[in-house]
Amino acid sequence: MLDGRTLVRRRAGLRLWLSAGWLTLLCLAALLAPWVAPKDPLAQDLFLGRMPPFWMTGAEPGYWLGTDSLGRDVLSRLIHGARVALTVALVAGTITCIVGATLGLLAGFLRGWVDMVISRLIDIWMAFPPVLFSILLIAVLGPGLMSIIIAIVVIDWTRFARVVRAEAMAQGAMDYVASARVAGRGRISTLIREILPNVLPTIVVLLTLEMGIAVIVEAILSFVNLSISTDDPTWGGMISEGRASIHQAWWVLVAPLVTLFLTVLSFSQLGEGLKDRFDPVLR
Amino acid sequence: MTALVIRNLSVRLRKGPPLLRRVSLDLAPGEVRGLVGESGAGKSMIGKAVLGILPPSVEITGGEILLEGTDLLRLPPADRRRRIGASCALIPQDPLTALNPSHRIGPQITDRLVDILGWTRRNADARARELLAEVQIPDPDRVMRSYPHELSGGMRQRILIASAFAAEPRLIVADEPTTALDVTVQKQILKLIAGMQARHGTAILFVTHDLGVVSKVCQRLSVLYSGMVVEDARVADFFRAPRHPYSAALLAATPKYTDPTAGLNPVPDAVIEAVRAEVAAFDREVAHG
Repeated sequence: MLDGRTLVRRRAGLRLWLSAGWLTLLCLAALLAPWVAPKDPLAQDLFLGRMPPFWMTGAEPGYWLGTDSLGRDVLSRLIHGARVALTVALVAGTITCIVGATLGLLAGFLRGWVDMVISRLIDIWMAFPPVLFSILLIAVLGPGLMSIIIAIVVIDWTRFARVVRAEAMAQGAMDYVASARVAGRGRISTLIREILPNVLPTIVVLLTLEMGIAVIVEAILSFVNLSISTDDPTWGGMISEGRASIHQAWWVLVAPLVTLFLTVLSFSQLGEGLKDRFDPVLR
Repeated sequence: MTALVIRNLSVRLRKGPPLLRRVSLDLAPGEVRGLVGESGAGKSMIGKAVLGILPPSVEITGGEILLEGTDLLRLPPADRRRRIGASCALIPQDPLTALNPSHRIGPQITDRLVDILGWTRRNADARARELLAEVQIPDPDRVMRSYPHELSGGMRQRILIASAFAAEPRLIVADEPTTALDVTVQKQILKLIAGMQARHGTAILFVTHDLGVVSKVCQRLSVLYSGMVVEDARVADFFRAPRHPYSAALLAATPKYTDPTAGLNPVPDAVIEAVRAEVAAFDREVAHG
């Protein structure tokens, strides 16, 4: 017999495995790009321009997802583009999470002037339109991987701070926190031992969402040519290039779009799946 | 020496109205004192002030809290924490939020003994098992490995009681420990607290709005209205002849289970007005020094 709980759990499990599977595949591809990519992602061959992917007639053997207008292998470019995308996702996501969650925990638990300062800061920050803010930041910092990561951290920490603050505040009002304080636990120790474990599932979900967002931000910035140097393939850059030849070779546009979509979806589903699995109350 | 003496304790919302108006009361070692009053009368506030867990939105404006002769309010915060941690405990109101959902039961009882009071892990574990058995929890070993959500409300309240007595505190603040439980469980829990109290000889400040509970477990009680103690009496005397008109009305308002046909007697408006006038007069007196 399958009761509702088992069913939910099984579905959550499937979701978790599918998304984790895709992301693992992507990570492996990125790490081993020079060995697993079938061709040199930068090698041009004008005689092999706009070759269709393998299931269509006229496909060139060895070029699984076809070639772009300069005759470069789309699959190899996707694999190399994953390196930039995942670096940004992991590094920017993690730093944003640490900065935002720490400020949120402090504001929500300590309250008082700490909360005042951090909350006002969040309000002011959120008044800036994020895309314009990021383009402005990149313009100031100069394009490059480092600038993208900095821009994401500077803009998105409020996402974590806001939600974590509310959660920490709710947990702080619980009786178990009062008991811990009576027992003589200090404030920071209470925050780490009592509150943090209960906010962690939320932080994990936010973190994976943020990684997805970081992938999109990197794609947007490379789409408008503000990412890393244009030689190295990026998904956003590929979308931008593919746009020009959409009528002659749609796969050049669709391949990076689908990859981007699957990656962002996987990140968000991974978070939800992990939450369902590790939240002791839901478990 | 008395376990706890509170003298002229005043608490107010920061830059707001007073919440406790020069509250005084004392508690002998091993004595149980009930704190009764309507919601908002400040009964929980007294317990929180003693344990140093007042919310940041309120402040203590005057008075003394003497825990075994030492004024807690004059101690530096770290010393106060240590002192309260070593000799006081809390039995909270809502067993559903009083255990940390992320930790297993065992560590929640023992961590405090190990981290703060410096017991060895082995002693703390043995002590926790012993106490869980004492509060009649079957299979303490299994319960210590459980997460709070795997246990019933009554079970959790038993665990909280065990945990409160774990370090042999001299003073326990029980903040409406039976309010969140259903009636059948209430009775068992009350019996349990009374039994534990008698065996361990712990002084308890028992916050409740149920005079029936007071008559069962307390020796003395303070009746509060709007943060003011309107009556301080021995329980036996109080139930025979309450001195203050408000406490008399409160007593009369308690439903009698023995006579289900009797109507409810709400506290008469005249009594409320009289006690409010008393509070206002007190405030005027304070304002004029």
